[in-house]
Amino acid sequence: MDDATPSRPRVGLLVTCLVDAMRPTVGFAAVDLIEKAGCTVDVPAQTCCGQPAYNSGDRAGARKLAEAVIAAFEPYDYVVAPSGSCAAMMKQHYPGLFLDDPHWHDRAESFSAKVFELVSFLVDVRGMSAVEASFAGKVTYHDSCSGLRELGVREQPRKLLASVAGLEVVEMKDADVCCGFGGTFCVKYPDISNAIVGKKAATIEDTGAGTVLAGDLGCLMNMAGKLARNGSKVKARHVAEVLAGMTDRPAIGESE
Amino acid sequence: MDITSPSFRENATRAIADKSLQKALGNVERGFIYKRSKAVAAMPEFEDLRDAARDIKNHTLANLDLYLETYADKVEASGGHVHFAETAADARQIVLDICRSVEARTVTKGKSMITEEIALNDHLEKNGITTVETDLGEYIIQLRGEHPSHIIAPAVHLNKDQIEADFRRVHKDLPPERNLEEPVSLLAEARAVLRERFLAADVGITGANILIAETGTSIIVTNEGNGDLTQILPRIHIVVASIEKVVPTLEDASAVLRVLARSATGQDMSVYTTLSTGPKRSGDPDGPDEYHVVLLDNGRSAMLGTPFGDMLRCIRCGACMNHCPVYQVVGGHAYGWVYPGPMGSVLTPTLIGVDKAGHLPNASTFCGPLREASARCAFRCRR
Repeated sequence: MDDATPSRPRVGLLVTCLVDAMRPTVGFAAVDLIEKAGCTVDVPAQTCCGQPAYNSGDRAGARKLAEAVIAAFEPYDYVVAPSGSCAAMMKQHYPGLFLDDPHWHDRAESFSAKVFELVSFLVDVRGMSAVEASFAGKVTYHDSCSGLRELGVREQPRKLLASVAGLEVVEMKDADVCCGFGGTFCVKYPDISNAIVGKKAATIEDTGAGTVLAGDLGCLMNMAGKLARNGSKVKARHVAEVLAGMTDRPAIGESE
Repeated sequence: MDITSPSFRENATRAIADKSLQKALGNVERGFIYKRSKAVAAMPEFEDLRDAARDIKNHTLANLDLYLETYADKVEASGGHVHFAETAADARQIVLDICRSVEARTVTKGKSMITEEIALNDHLEKNGITTVETDLGEYIIQLRGEHPSHIIAPAVHLNKDQIEADFRRVHKDLPPERNLEEPVSLLAEARAVLRERFLAADVGITGANILIAETGTSIIVTNEGNGDLTQILPRIHIVVASIEKVVPTLEDASAVLRVLARSATGQDMSVYTTLSTGPKRSGDPDGPDEYHVVLLDNGRSAMLGTPFGDMLRCIRCGACMNHCPVYQVVGGHAYGWVYPGPMGSVLTPTLIGVDKAGHLPNASTFCGPLREASARCAFRCRR
């Protein structure tokens, strides 16, 4: 992966903790898609982006992690994550962690300008308009909150999904309403989280789609868990798996 | 009211298991979200209008002392009286003293969250003064001994059959066989009962949606007209408002009103927009003999210049709670004090303390419909 030329930008992939620990397929799918978009991909040694610490009010802890992430990814032309919330953390919130430190603030600003969520990177930055993949059946797409509202990810995944052979997107009601995951929220207030995802599971079922897709693994695990506990047959997959044609392995939460 | 915010988690669990509440909460989506989005879609310049209104509030807050003094001078010049209240207790005492000055026995009230914040009804009742809420939703929850569960729709947690049962329980002198099937018959009954109360009241208390520095005017917006009867019929009209309600000019008030109704109920304007400037003048056909304004600080001036200062831009449209997935499943009472939902998660800890209300800002999925480009917050209170 060291054949970078001016026409082949170098991308550093932030795999994200959840993909690393729970769903490596998404990481391989991301590498495949980024390479198909004409880039080289590196996966430098990395940590969490710091989002859980940041959202819990631990600014000092978040800043330490941000420094490590910035240092690890500074050599790359772009930093891409298969997650709207991790990408939004790095793109929107890093500079604000360094307001008292002009040197680090400048580094954070330069870094944040290079950060993109995977699917919006493919479409908006690399001009991808179609993929070569096939998937038989109806899917519905959940807009994860951070990607949607902090990064404007909405049309890009639908655009690429429209090019997948055999796939039909059926929109659910309130696709842009939170699934109730909320990172640490679902741990702090499980009853409320469960009630919210209960409504989401119902709107997913109502579409008649066999698969729900999204761009964030946290939301997907939350929805997959609720659907499974409801006895639903709807499967959950990261949108990158479908776009990369890597759907031959079990869906999220399914056994081998 | 008792603060139950420390047991937010248990409150929420109970609320989620409450089938009747869950049914009622379904009305939030039908009643507010859809109507607001339709109103916004019908007005291409809505985003610009929102920015303009936000700028007005920012400017006013940066010069709050100037505009409050100007406002107070104008109220006095129009024959009214202004009372500055630093704390909730001060505000309660000021209102009680005014009521006592005319030996008031009955007070009618227009809808006011500030009087909830200062627990005014309890204080007046303890001192022998009957308070009658005249907003339909407020009237209903007063019959039930409850507090508002939503800042603009206080009884949104109730279903029609519950309200019918309350009316039958309380309006004992009406024929038991009367038909209260339709919501309109409940409305008619409340109207008939309240008409007597309006006429009997010694003092009328309203809140204010906006105060205008240039003219010394207070504005209330309602959809029932109850506010007008509350403030016009009794001898004394008391406006209880918090200091951040002031805007510089009538033109500014107009900009805020245009954002308020669309954000709150999806209306272009509320049915009644009532401007009050001083007491009845010679030649006026009606109006109060005395006009008082109680301006409440209660910790707000200490928020200025802090990261929480933006919260003072809030115009109480309620859009944040309507769109909040947490509010939608737990309702307003679970939050445990006066202000529920996202705006309450900022305001409540600053007013009653993080030790009591620490759950509220944590009870967010960070879904961010308030913060970003598609924000529903009328004033981008978080930005």
